Amino acid sequence: MDAILLQILNGLDKGSAYALIALGLTLIFGTLGVVNFAHGALFMLGAFCAVTLQRLLSLSFETIDETKTDFLGNPLKVKTPYVEGWFGPEVGGAIIDWAVPLSILVAIPIMIGIGFAMERGLIKHFYKRPHADQILVTFGLAIVLQEVIKYFFGANPIQTPPPDALLGVVNLGSWLGLDLPYPIWRLVYFLFAIVVIGGVFSFLQFTTFGMVVRAGMADRETVGLLGIDIDRRFTIMFGLAAAVAGLAGVMYGPIVAPNYHMGMDFLVLSFVVVVVGGMGSLPGAVLAGFMLGILESFASTTWATTTLPGINQIIIYLVAIIVLLTRPRGLMGRKGVMEE
Amino acid sequence: MLGLNSKDTMLLIVVAFLALAAPFLLNPFPTNSSLAQFNAGYPDLMQRFAIFGIFAIGFNILFGLTGYLSFGHAAFLGVGSYAAVWMFKLLSYNVIPAIILAVIVAGLFSVLIGYVSLRRSGIYFSILTLAFAQMSFALAYSVLSNPKFNLTNGETGLQVYGDDPQILHREGLPDVPHLFGWAMRDNFLELEVAGWEFTFNNGYYLCAVILLVVFYLAIRLFRSPFGLMLRAVKSNQQRLNYTGLNPKPYTLAAFIISGMYAGLAGGLLAAMDPLAGAERMQWTASGEVVLMTILGGAGTLIGPVLGAGFIKYFENIFSKINDNVLHQWFAFLPDGMEDFMVFIVHPFVGKGWHLTLGILFMLVVTFLPGGLVEGGQRIARLFRRRGKKTDTPDPEHHPKETPHVAE
Amino acid sequence: MGILEVKGVNKRFGGLQALGDVNLSVEENTVHAIIGPNGAGKSTLLNCLVGKLIPDTGSVMFDGRSVLGRTPYEINQMGISRVFQTPEIFGDLTVFENMVIPAFAKRDGAFRMHAFESVAREQDIVERAQQMLEEVNMLDKLHMHSASLSRGDKRRLEMAMCLLQEPRLLLLDEPTAGMARADTNNTIDLLKEIKQKRDITICIIEHDMHVVFSLADRITVLAQGSPLVEDSPENIRGNPKVREAYLGEAA
Repeated sequence: MDAILLQILNGLDKGSAYALIALGLTLIFGTLGVVNFAHGALFMLGAFCAVTLQRLLSLSFETIDETKTDFLGNPLKVKTPYVEGWFGPEVGGAIIDWAVPLSILVAIPIMIGIGFAMERGLIKHFYKRPHADQILVTFGLAIVLQEVIKYFFGANPIQTPPPDALLGVVNLGSWLGLDLPYPIWRLVYFLFAIVVIGGVFSFLQFTTFGMVVRAGMADRETVGLLGIDIDRRFTIMFGLAAAVAGLAGVMYGPIVAPNYHMGMDFLVLSFVVVVVGGMGSLPGAVLAGFMLGILESFASTTWATTTLPGINQIIIYLVAIIVLLTRPRGLMGRKGVMEE
Repeated sequence: MLGLNSKDTMLLIVVAFLALAAPFLLNPFPTNSSLAQFNAGYPDLMQRFAIFGIFAIGFNILFGLTGYLSFGHAAFLGVGSYAAVWMFKLLSYNVIPAIILAVIVAGLFSVLIGYVSLRRSGIYFSILTLAFAQMSFALAYSVLSNPKFNLTNGETGLQVYGDDPQILHREGLPDVPHLFGWAMRDNFLELEVAGWEFTFNNGYYLCAVILLVVFYLAIRLFRSPFGLMLRAVKSNQQRLNYTGLNPKPYTLAAFIISGMYAGLAGGLLAAMDPLAGAERMQWTASGEVVLMTILGGAGTLIGPVLGAGFIKYFENIFSKINDNVLHQWFAFLPDGMEDFMVFIVHPFVGKGWHLTLGILFMLVVTFLPGGLVEGGQRIARLFRRRGKKTDTPDPEHHPKETPHVAE
Repeated sequence: MGILEVKGVNKRFGGLQALGDVNLSVEENTVHAIIGPNGAGKSTLLNCLVGKLIPDTGSVMFDGRSVLGRTPYEINQMGISRVFQTPEIFGDLTVFENMVIPAFAKRDGAFRMHAFESVAREQDIVERAQQMLEEVNMLDKLHMHSASLSRGDKRRLEMAMCLLQEPRLLLLDEPTAGMARADTNNTIDLLKEIKQKRDITICIIEHDMHVVFSLADRITVLAQGSPLVEDSPENIRGNPKVREAYLGEAA
């Protein structure tokens, strides 16, 4: 029992990331009809928002501390971050410590901006071109974005620690009498993902804007005929999808140190998630994201890997292939949507 | 000649000339000149031109003709390489059985993947092939390299060791891949003519001859009823169905042929350097052959070869350009300007080659969907129009004729 | 016994009864028109004949053999060709190439691996294609990109492609939809000419009464998924039930 619950928990953080990226991919595909191969790059850019903010906050000036000397007897140079200089060591230190969660505030406008720029500058010219062209141009963009990041940040992963308060492990099962040790940050990530997903869904459900977008997803032409400026709303939708992917990336840093190719790694799997969930189905994307994350976690147990070596590496692809062949519209896809 | 019309014969002759005279053509600069860094006439690079040319020709048979965009073609290349190295390990270093097995194994593998993937079309097909390729990569990288059943040797890559059986190996045969004693890595001729150096490499000429053979086969295929059916698949599957033709076996056949081309390329890679690694199967490698084909011109005969050559050449040249070289180039500028130019260009060269490639790719897909071939045609048309100004074509009344696929 | 026998065909889409107990018999060598107001189930019926849809119950026999459960290309190989409402041609290919494809399908069947032969050297195929193009007066457009043809020419090309296969039954799905009067008359003339020159059964679905009464030997009126009447054009013209179904449209 403990073991099973633990594997489910272990799948949640990856599942959250899959679900968030797949959600954005589906939003873009459902509203704009575009297959975005650069979506993984947006996830990666989000993670690097956190890296950048952390670096900026840690920028330091040097002072000479007369009270201390190094072993040669020279006065010691001490580096103090500007933030600590401005707000005092207590507040400043806390700000640096909480750099990753703080990045959310910075990342939202940045990612929305990037999303707008991508849609207006590139994607909108590809609405009427074949899917193959969309795949190809966004694939090119993904390469460009990842190389730019590599140029500025290097090829090695960059550690982005969570706040000290959220380090460590919590036993989730203590009040049930079970033993379920779970890293706090992963729990935070899962809850964060739930909040973001809930936010997106209620936005689509309860605002006029969301209603129009949902109508547009169902039937673009009709909504266009009603005289509603669908295109502008779709631009905003692209920004939103970019922000969701970015947020998924921001908070993922403490789980796996960001590197320039993390986007590509997640992209392939997220596509698989979208396909399993059902192209164009938002709940399907979320459900499949968590399901595949958990499935992967089960396939990574020692028992599974000794029985079938490497099963953890291929399980998601196997599931995708089986789903595509037996139920091409995916778990929750609507009949007739991109079934061919 | 050879069952081709005059235009195609000319094309084949041009390609044959380029391929066979490559050691001269690619080394236009004297060895000691500062431009020698732009030479490409050394064996290793020329082999890659030919091998990736073969790979791209094969990919084009699928993508260029049927429009099915496979994002997993590198899997067949990788499988071909593994098969070839296994032949080296078990039989001997002779490349013939290795290449034959590489083609057969890749063919069988593509029957399997093609049969499943082709049950879907459009993006689903792309994602299915991508999933298969990533799965093959994972299999090769970790699953199939466990101590009990080591097929791929995992991270290290598959290579030939001293204690391998090599049952057909005889005394006197070279201990490297060879063609009946003719070692692939040796040069049969090294010419030095007044400052120029030309290298004629065994391995390259094997690749070049095979390239010509498969290029010839591709021309025949393009001109055949089969090739026409493939283009019909791309154009209108519905009409094809209602014309009494079954698109499935046509696309599957194209998929298998193109998989075999990839396997051949993989086998040749192993024949030039007897090592097979899983990274050859990664999806970025699949992306590369897509780039080559699109950049050259998908659906044209010569495009993929041009694209492969273009990408491999600039990959090589760009990665050699460092800041010193850049400073030399911009030395004629005033100091401040010089540093500024170096600063601007720096991110795009050296290790930044992939950045340049990505930008180039986006530009080509956006503005020149027909690739280099279309670019060439546009320039040619521009000159022709300049030549005879009186004859202004009126697109309204003279609808344009279809460009021939070979152009 | 007609060449095409449809018996007791039903088709439901969810709660909608698209076809209810359709019986239809098309005699060989006649032009049989199926008319009816929008939503009468004409297109659904046609799709059941060519293998795009499978009826829930009933049988469709062509020349004594069932077409049910067969794919569109198999049904085509049995001798049924279909012309679409908006011309379906190979837009990326030249007019000549468009014509060559059905010629191969006729000669070689649904699949043949002929990857080493040259299209240009298949004398019989090339001649057949040219001959057919001549018949529809399009030989001068041989090397044109078919996507750049006018709509009327696309329609003629599509018909030529179907006729090249020498089908025993030609199905036409609103062949004059959206056409100007002059083009419609041209199409009528073309169809008359086609009918004159060969033994062929034509089954036409049409909205335009002018076309129907110019061509048809026999007319079936569909309303709400079921056949209302089947009769000769003269009798249909005067039939009050038909007038009612069309609300005066047929007059």
